[in-house]
Amino acid sequence: MPPRIRIIAILICILLVAYVFELVRRRHLSEEYSMGWLVAGCLMLILSVSEGVLIWISNLVGATLFTSTLFFFGLVFLVTICLHFSIRISSLTNQVRTLTQHMGILNSEKQSLEDQMSHSSFDKNSSELEKL
Amino acid sequence: MNLLKKKHPEWISEKAIPLSLLKNLSPKKSPLNGHHKTIIVIPSFNEEASIGQVLEDIKKYAPGLNILVINDGSVDKTAELAESHGAKVISLPYNSGYGVALQTGYLYACKHNYSIVVQMDADGQHDAACIQDLLRSVYSSDVDVVIGSRFLGQNSYRTTVARRIGMFIFGKLASLFCKERVSDPTSGFQAVKGKAINFIASDYYPPDYPDADFLIMLSQCGFKIREIPVKMHPSKVNKSMHGGLQSIYYVFKMFLSIFVTLLRKKPKV
Repeated sequence: MPPRIRIIAILICILLVAYVFELVRRRHLSEEYSMGWLVAGCLMLILSVSEGVLIWISNLVGATLFTSTLFFFGLVFLVTICLHFSIRISSLTNQVRTLTQHMGILNSEKQSLEDQMSHSSFDKNSSELEKL
Repeated sequence: MNLLKKKHPEWISEKAIPLSLLKNLSPKKSPLNGHHKTIIVIPSFNEEASIGQVLEDIKKYAPGLNILVINDGSVDKTAELAESHGAKVISLPYNSGYGVALQTGYLYACKHNYSIVVQMDADGQHDAACIQDLLRSVYSSDVDVVIGSRFLGQNSYRTTVARRIGMFIFGKLASLFCKERVSDPTSGFQAVKGKAINFIASDYYPPDYPDADFLIMLSQCGFKIREIPVKMHPSKVNKSMHGGLQSIYYVFKMFLSIFVTLLRKKPKV
C-alpha cells in the first residue's frame, strides 16, 4: 500500500475513534451505539498499521489491491450498521405507535373523567346551595 | 405493547380508573345492540367537510350505537365537529396513518369490552344504511369478520383501472389463501366480532394499513371471513391512500407482506 494512503487511512481511523470517544464522553452518543463504530475504527486501524495482516486478509478475500480490502471491509461495515439501524428504527416506530395510541386513549379517558368530576362537583354545589 | 405491559403493567391496567367513574362510560343499550356491546370506529384525518354528515347518517340508520371517532392528528375542526355530533373522540397527538388510528379504536373497544366493532371511513364513501346489513350478518352467523364489498351485488362503483387491477390481483390472492371469496380486500367497511377484535388490537396488526395480507393472517388464525354487498359512494375528495408513487410501494409491500405472512408461524390466538 502506498505510504501516503496508509498515513491518511491511519489518521482517519485515529480521528474516528477519538471522535467517537468524545461523543460518548459528552453524552451525545450512547455506549450501545458507540460499540460498532469503535470496533470498526480499531479494526481499520489495525489493517492500516500492520501490512502483514492486510496482505494476509487481501489474499484470503482475493483482493488484488490492498486499498480495495480496506474499502471492502468499510463497505461491509456500513451495510451492517445501516441494517442494524433499520431494525432499530422499525422497533422504535412500533414503540412510538403503541405509545401514541395509549396516550390518545388515556387522554380521552382523562378528559371524560374530568368532565364527570366537574359535573358532579357542580351538582353537589348546586344541591348545597338549594339547601341553604 | 407486550413489552410495555411487562415493564409498566400499571400504565395499561384498567384498575387505574375507579369503577364507579367508569360506569357512566359503559356502552349504551339499543335495539341494534341486542346483547352485544357494539361500537362504530371511524378513523379520520382532516375530514371536517364530511364527518358531520357521516355521523348524522349513522345516527339515522343505526340509532343508539356508540360512535368513536379517532382524530388522527387533524389540523381542521374534525374533532370539534365529531364531538358536537355526539361522538366520542380520541385524538392522536400527530398524524400516524390510517392503520394506527383504526387500531386505536380496536384497543379502546378491547379495553371497554365491546363485543362488536364496525369500522367505516369518515369521507362519506361508506353508506351508513348498510351498517345494519353488516351487523345482521355478524350477529346471525359464526363469522368473525364481515367485509362490506363494493364489487358484490349491483354496484356501480367507479375507480381507476390501475386500482381495479390491484384490487383484483390481491382479491384473488386473498380468496385463494382465505378459501373464501374476497372481491374487495381494501374495504374499510367491516364488522368484527369477539376474539378477532383482540387480534386486531394485538401486535400482529400491520402498522400502516390492513389489506389482503391481514385477511390472510386472520384466516390462518381460524377466523371466519365473509363478504356482503354494500353501497359505496365515490369519495368527494380525491384522497386515496394509494396514489402516485405510493401505489408502487403499496404493490411491493402487499406482495412482500403476503409472502412473509405465509412463511410465518401461525400466530397464537
